[in-house]
Amino acid sequence: MSLKYESTLREPLVDGVKDYHQVTEDIISPIEGKPGKLWYVGFLISLSLLGFGAFSVFWQIYFGVGVWNLNKTIGWGWDITNFVWWVGIGHAGTLISAILLLFRQGWRTGVNRAAEAMTIFAVMCAGQFPIIHMGRVWMGFFILPYPNTRGPVWVNFNSPLLWDVFAISTYFTVSLLFWYSGLIPDFATIRDRAKTKLRKLLYGVASFGWTGSTKHWQRHEALSLVLAGLSTPLVLSVHTIVSFDFATSVIPGWHTTIFPPYFVAGAIFSGFAMVQTLLIITRKILHLEEYITLGHMEAMNKVIVLTGSVVGCAYLTELFMAWYGANNYEFATFFKYRAAGPLGWSYWIMMTCNVISPQVFWFRKMRRNVMVTFVMSIIVNIGMWFERFVIICTSLYRDYLPSSWSYYRPSWPEVGFYMGTFGLFFTCYFLFAKYFPVIAVAEIKSILKTSGENFKEGMEKYETETAEQFAHAVHHEHAH
Amino acid sequence: MAVKNFVVGLFDDEAVLFPAVKKVRTAGYKLHDVYTPFPVHGLDHAMGLRETSLHTAGFIYGITGTTTALSFMSWVFNVDWPLNIGGKPHFPLPAFIPITFELTVLFAAVGMVMTFCYLCQLMPGVKKHIFHPRQTDDKFVMVIELTEKANAEEVKRFLNEAGAHDVNEQRAEAGWWYGRFDKADEDIYARPANA
Repeated sequence: MSLKYESTLREPLVDGVKDYHQVTEDIISPIEGKPGKLWYVGFLISLSLLGFGAFSVFWQIYFGVGVWNLNKTIGWGWDITNFVWWVGIGHAGTLISAILLLFRQGWRTGVNRAAEAMTIFAVMCAGQFPIIHMGRVWMGFFILPYPNTRGPVWVNFNSPLLWDVFAISTYFTVSLLFWYSGLIPDFATIRDRAKTKLRKLLYGVASFGWTGSTKHWQRHEALSLVLAGLSTPLVLSVHTIVSFDFATSVIPGWHTTIFPPYFVAGAIFSGFAMVQTLLIITRKILHLEEYITLGHMEAMNKVIVLTGSVVGCAYLTELFMAWYGANNYEFATFFKYRAAGPLGWSYWIMMTCNVISPQVFWFRKMRRNVMVTFVMSIIVNIGMWFERFVIICTSLYRDYLPSSWSYYRPSWPEVGFYMGTFGLFFTCYFLFAKYFPVIAVAEIKSILKTSGENFKEGMEKYETETAEQFAHAVHHEHAH
Repeated sequence: MAVKNFVVGLFDDEAVLFPAVKKVRTAGYKLHDVYTPFPVHGLDHAMGLRETSLHTAGFIYGITGTTTALSFMSWVFNVDWPLNIGGKPHFPLPAFIPITFELTVLFAAVGMVMTFCYLCQLMPGVKKHIFHPRQTDDKFVMVIELTEKANAEEVKRFLNEAGAHDVNEQRAEAGWWYGRFDKADEDIYARPANA
């Protein structure tokens, strides 16, 4: 027994009787075939959304930020809401690929590739918002500390907004490197079984000339482990820094120390919901139910109910502190204008979607129900969008001076811009699902012998024997 | 590098591969490499490969990032353009921590990936000889280099006995070259073998 022994009590991570070749067939063959009708329909819808988004952005850049319904009271609206929402979604991908790798959670191998892709696309969408929000986009490079002819005037390293520039760009780069280094061996698999010249050429270039040499695998493992170790604090730092954008300000409703952990939990919460949305569709269309099993969905639903409850605790803590802190302005923000007042409805949508509805996942039956999971994943994402909207807008629209009190609803370019990022996200995801292995082929193979269904059956004889018998047998085997 | 002669054997199961690696090493044949479709734990030790130092490289890159960030920000705020920002100190260490951390991670990650690609000769446009098309699918491919001391038939028989199948002899470039995977690159293999 040179391989790790895993109890048969644990659910198999790969269903069905499979050998290594079957795994390759199952995951790679959708890439080699023609996409179905549904793929074209979805792809065209995404492209048209992207086109509309591009038009909305053009409109805003051409006529100026005035086409947005932001005003002097509400300077951050849908744009920053969407930015935080998209960044948060990205976090689940890194959590699955990095933190669960360090915790040796075998189930991550079925979902990590798609989740990491989601991270990258989500961060791409997120990045659009602060840049377009600047108004004069062509001055965007001013956020970088580069030697210039104006002094040089440097950026302010004390500013959380600048920390954000560094955090988001580092996050994007590291996620991309992590994702791509995992893709290289799988591209080589596609290359070596390719029948057409074009596929051999393209996947040959994409695979960087990977051969599967033992020394290379050894380095690859080391690289993955260190990248996971780096990504783990990185993912926590990114949303912490995003929360600093608010927490270091003096606006009642933003100026709280609870923000970093609260934002990170919320990010993981919404990210897992988005992973569920994407994977439920992906596994259905690409027939990957044996790799992305109900067990995987259940594990993710457990994370959703945990983080949802953490977020719920944070909401209650905020309310408590607003009362206990005895600051009149903070009390008014929370109790008069957030939970009540003209924008109060958004607070209650947030509460219902994020805190109350995920509680259904305390029941195993619900956690393992595909339809319930799918509907819940969308509800959670709506709730998390409203969380950011609530934090941003309800803290701003009633400020210290009643004459400047305002209300906010988005104009069409703001909505169009948001829809455009959906277009970008799903265009990328559709291309990914067609041309990339959506499941990490090599990683699935490496857990197949310990966690595949047919290999688990062979372990039943070890389950029945006592510990002494097992130890004796292993000792006996080693003696030879 | 050079064109060499190899004997190639295929294995289906890790459990057969491990003892075979051991046998090849005790018999004294020159084990060129074992190609596997996924990382097989412990195979590197069985083959007698030393541990990789990639972690150490990563640490050094990380430290470089830390010092770059800290010294650059301090230089900007204290030397190049000391600016009074709301009366805050010119060396606000806590405010420097986020960017310092991000640059540490960025330098370590980018540096390690580049080092990894350099060490493994991975780059778009790089081509290497693939001994068997299923070495990235489901076969464990053991490649033994034919030195002047080794006899091809003897090595083949040896591999067969060790549990390999489809044992064959190949003349191949042992290193990498710039090429396309849709081309056959016959001229590379046409060079005389130096073994």
